[in-house]
Amino acid sequence: MYIAPEKTQTTPRASGASRRELIVGAALVGGSLLVGCSPADIMGSGAPKTDFGAFGPFIKIDADGAVTVMNKHQEMGQGNHAGLSAIVAEEMDADWSTVKVKQSAANAKVYANSLMGLQGTGGSTAIANSWMQLRNAGATARAMFVQAAANVWKVPAAEITVKDGVVSHPSGKSAHFGDLLAEAAKVTPPTSVKLKDPKDFTLIGSDRVRRKDSLAKSTGQAQYTQDVYLPDMLTAVVAHAPRFGGKVTSFDATAALKVPGVVDVFAIATGVAVVGNGVHAARKGRDALKVEWDNAKAETRSSAEMLADYQKIARGELTPSDDKWASFTAKGDAAGQFDGSDVLHATYDFPYLAHATMEPMNCVAQVDGSKCKLTYGAQGHSLDQMAAATVVLNLPGAIEIETLFAGGSFGRRSSWDSDYVVEAVQIAKHVGKFRPVKLVWTREDDMTAGHYRPMAHHAVAVKVGKDGYPAAWRHRVVIQSFAKASPIMASMMVKNNVDATTVEGASGSPYLAATPIVDAQVFTPHNPVSTLWWRSVGATHTAPVMEHTIDQLAARAKIDPVDYRRELYRRAGPAGARHLAVLNLAVEKAGWGKLEDGWTRGVAVHESFGTVVANVCEAKIIDGEPRVRKVTVAVDCGIAIARDQIAAQMEGGTCYGLSAALFGQVTLDKGRPQQTNFDTYRVLRQNEAPQVETWVLPSANPPSGVGEPGTPVIMASLPNALFAATGKPVSSFPLVKA
Amino acid sequence: MAIELEINGVKRQVAAEADTPLLWVLRDELHMTGTKYGCGIAQCGACTVHLDGQPIRSCQTPVGTIGAAKITTIEGLGGAHPLQTTWVKHDVPQCGYCQSGQIMSAAALLAATPKPTDADIDAAMSGNLCRCGAYQRIRAAIKDASGELAVNAKA
Ligand code: FES
Ligand code: FES
Repeated sequence: MYIAPEKTQTTPRASGASRRELIVGAALVGGSLLVGCSPADIMGSGAPKTDFGAFGPFIKIDADGAVTVMNKHQEMGQGNHAGLSAIVAEEMDADWSTVKVKQSAANAKVYANSLMGLQGTGGSTAIANSWMQLRNAGATARAMFVQAAANVWKVPAAEITVKDGVVSHPSGKSAHFGDLLAEAAKVTPPTSVKLKDPKDFTLIGSDRVRRKDSLAKSTGQAQYTQDVYLPDMLTAVVAHAPRFGGKVTSFDATAALKVPGVVDVFAIATGVAVVGNGVHAARKGRDALKVEWDNAKAETRSSAEMLADYQKIARGELTPSDDKWASFTAKGDAAGQFDGSDVLHATYDFPYLAHATMEPMNCVAQVDGSKCKLTYGAQGHSLDQMAAATVVLNLPGAIEIETLFAGGSFGRRSSWDSDYVVEAVQIAKHVGKFRPVKLVWTREDDMTAGHYRPMAHHAVAVKVGKDGYPAAWRHRVVIQSFAKASPIMASMMVKNNVDATTVEGASGSPYLAATPIVDAQVFTPHNPVSTLWWRSVGATHTAPVMEHTIDQLAARAKIDPVDYRRELYRRAGPAGARHLAVLNLAVEKAGWGKLEDGWTRGVAVHESFGTVVANVCEAKIIDGEPRVRKVTVAVDCGIAIARDQIAAQMEGGTCYGLSAALFGQVTLDKGRPQQTNFDTYRVLRQNEAPQVETWVLPSANPPSGVGEPGTPVIMASLPNALFAATGKPVSSFPLVKA
Repeated sequence: MAIELEINGVKRQVAAEADTPLLWVLRDELHMTGTKYGCGIAQCGACTVHLDGQPIRSCQTPVGTIGAAKITTIEGLGGAHPLQTTWVKHDVPQCGYCQSGQIMSAAALLAATPKPTDADIDAAMSGNLCRCGAYQRIRAAIKDASGELAVNAKA
C-alpha cells in the first residue's frame, strides 16, 4: 500500500517568536526569500535566547581556569579544532596544554561564518573568517583578567602581564585564571582591545600547535554520528530510487515487516523508509521490500551519452534551451583569432566523482510536533536548520543541532538541499514523540546518491604569439551548476548567469591575466543528477585544464615549463606574484631537471580559496599504471597558525586529488550509477600513496585556508609528469581507465 | 538466539541472529563504537578487529561462526599500546574514522613482524582505506612504534 508523502503547509507554529521572525518563517516555509533580511536574520530566526556567560559565545572558563573554545565550525579532519583554539589561546595567553575545544550550538545570529553570512563550514574559510573574531574574543577575555587582577591587587592594569594562564605583577603577585574567575566575570568587557603584533606570537606558528583530538581518535573514543545510541532509538534505512529523478509508484512491505526487528515501513519523499532495531534488521527489511519506481522524470541516459552532448555543446552543435552561454572573462577582440596553424587546441573530459567519505552520510533526528533536534556531524548548520524547519513547520533557529565529529566530508555533509538531513527529519516526524531515529546510509546509498563533483568538458584554443606565449585564449566550459539548482545558492553564487564555482580557477587565472585577448564562456546544462562542491570545487577541473595547457604550450615553444610559468607570472603582474613565489620555493626544494630510471617530474601551481599551492611530483608508469613516489608542496596560506596541520592537509589533500586523478569516476548506465562501493569505486591505498613534503612560504598576510587547496594541484602536476615522459597530452580523467 | 562471545577478555551474552555480522553486534547490541562501518563488503578495513590475534573484517564475519575464538577490539588495546602512543605523537588522525581499523591492522602486523619493512607495511595495511590520506603518517607511526617495541622487547 502506498501513502503519498505529506505536503508541508504554510504557517509556522513557533511559540515565543517575534512578529518579524514569524514573517521570515512564513516566507521560508512558503519557499521564498525576504528582501531586506540578512541570511543570518533568516537562519537565526527562532533561536532560543542564550546567556553565553561573561566571556561571550566563543570562550568558556572552568572553575580551575581551564579554557574551552567553542568551535562554530565542523571538525571533519581538517584540524580546525587546533587552529581556531590556538588563535584564542594566543591572544588570551592561556595555558595551551589545558585548552579544550567543543563544537558550538547552531545559531546563525552569533556563529555565522562571516564570509558566508550563515553558519557553515566550507570554502576553506574556517580560519580565515574566524581570525579577527577569535583574536578579539581572546584579547577581550585577557583584558578582563588583567582588569580583575588590577582591581584585586590595586595596581595599574598596564603593569600586569599574562603567560600560560597565569596573571602576574612585578610586585610578585600572581594568580591563575581560575583564581580570578569570579572577579573577571564582573568586569565589563572593553569595547576595543589591542591585539598582539604578529611578531610577538609565541604559540601561533610554533610546533606546539598540535591536534587536540588525536588520542580520542586513536582509541575509538571520538564520537561520530554512527556512534550515537540513545534510549529507545530506532535505526532507519531508505530504499532510494535507482535513478536520479525517480519516484516511488507503489511498494509492498509484507515481507519486510516479517523480518525480525523491523518496526515500520513507510514512504517518504525520496523513497521508502524501513525502521527497525539496528542496522542489520533494517537492511534485511529493505532487502525484502518490493518497490515499483516511476522513471518518467528520471535521467535515463548513460554518462557517455551525456558527455557526448557536452562536447557537442562546446562545439556549438547543440544548444539546450535550459541555459545560455555566459562570459566569465573577456578582453580584446577574439574574432578570427583561432583559425590559423599557430593555435593549440586541447579538450578535457572530467567524470562525476563521489566524495566517498569514510563515514557514510547519517543523522540522528528527534521530532515532536514542530520541535526538532538533530545530532550529527553538521557542516552546513544554517542550511540544514532551514531545510528541517520546512519539514516540521518551525523557524530555522528553533531547530536544535548538536554537532559531532564527522568521519570526513570533503564538502558532502553540507549540501544545498540538506538531502540526508531532510530524510532523517521526515522519518523522525513520522515516528514522532521525540523518539530518536538514526538514519544510516549504507555505502551503496552514499555512493549512488549523487551530489557528485559535476561531470565537465573544457575546450581550449590558444593562439601562440611569435615569442611562444599566449596571444589569445578561447575557453569553453560545459558543466552542471549546482548553485542554479537552489534559489538560495543561486542568490549567493550566480552573477550574470555565471555560477562562480563552475569556472573559479580559470576565471582569475594569472595565465588569462597575462594574455592580451580572452574569450572565456561557460554553459550549464541541467539534468536530474545532483551535483555539489567537492574538495576544492571548481579547481578540481580548472587546475588540470589550465596547468596542463600551459605545459603543452611550453613544449610547443620549447621552453622549460618552470621558466614558461615564471614569464607568464611576470606578465600577469600582481596576479602572478604569489604564484611565482611558491613555484620558486617548490622547485628549489624538489629539485628540477632529469631523474633516473624513467621517473619524470611534473609541476603545477594553483590558487584556490586565497591560498596558492605549487607542487612538484615524481611519477612513472609501473605495470601500466601511473605511480607517484614523491610530491614536494610549497604553500602560501598567509600567517601559518598550525604548521603541522598545514602539512597534514597538504598530505591528505594530495592523496585525495591523486586518488581522483588516477581512479575516480562514477559512470551512469541508463541513468544508474555503476559504482556502488569501494570494490568498483577505486580509491588510493597505502601501497599507492606518495611521500609528501610541505614547505610553508613565510607571510605576514592574514591566514587563508588549507583544507582544499592542496587537492587540485596534484591533479595537474601528475598529468604534466606523464606528458614529460610520453609527449602525449592527457585529455580525460581518470588516468587509469576501468 | 543467545550467543556467548569473549571480547577483550570479558565474556558477553548477546541476543542476535546467527547471520548478523560481528560488526553490528559490537555496535548495535553492545554499543562498542570504536569499531567502524565503512563499506560492509571487506573493502575498507574500518571494521577490523582481531580474532585469536588475527586481523579480520568484522563486517563479513557472521557472529554465529565465531564460537570460542577471542575477539579483540580497539577498546581492548587499552589506550597505551605503543601504536596508540605513536599515533598521537605523529598526529596521524584527521577525521579519525578509519583509525581504529588502521591501528588494529597495524597491531596485528607488529605482533607477527616486529620490525616491518615498507613492503610488509604495504602488504598488511593496503586493505585499510583512509580517505583523508593520512597514509604517510600511518607508515611513520608504525615504524616509530616498531622501534619502541624492539626496545621494550630487549629490556
Ligand atoms: S566495513 Fe568491513 S571492511 Fe569496510
Ligand atoms: S583519518 Fe579520515 S579516513 Fe582516515
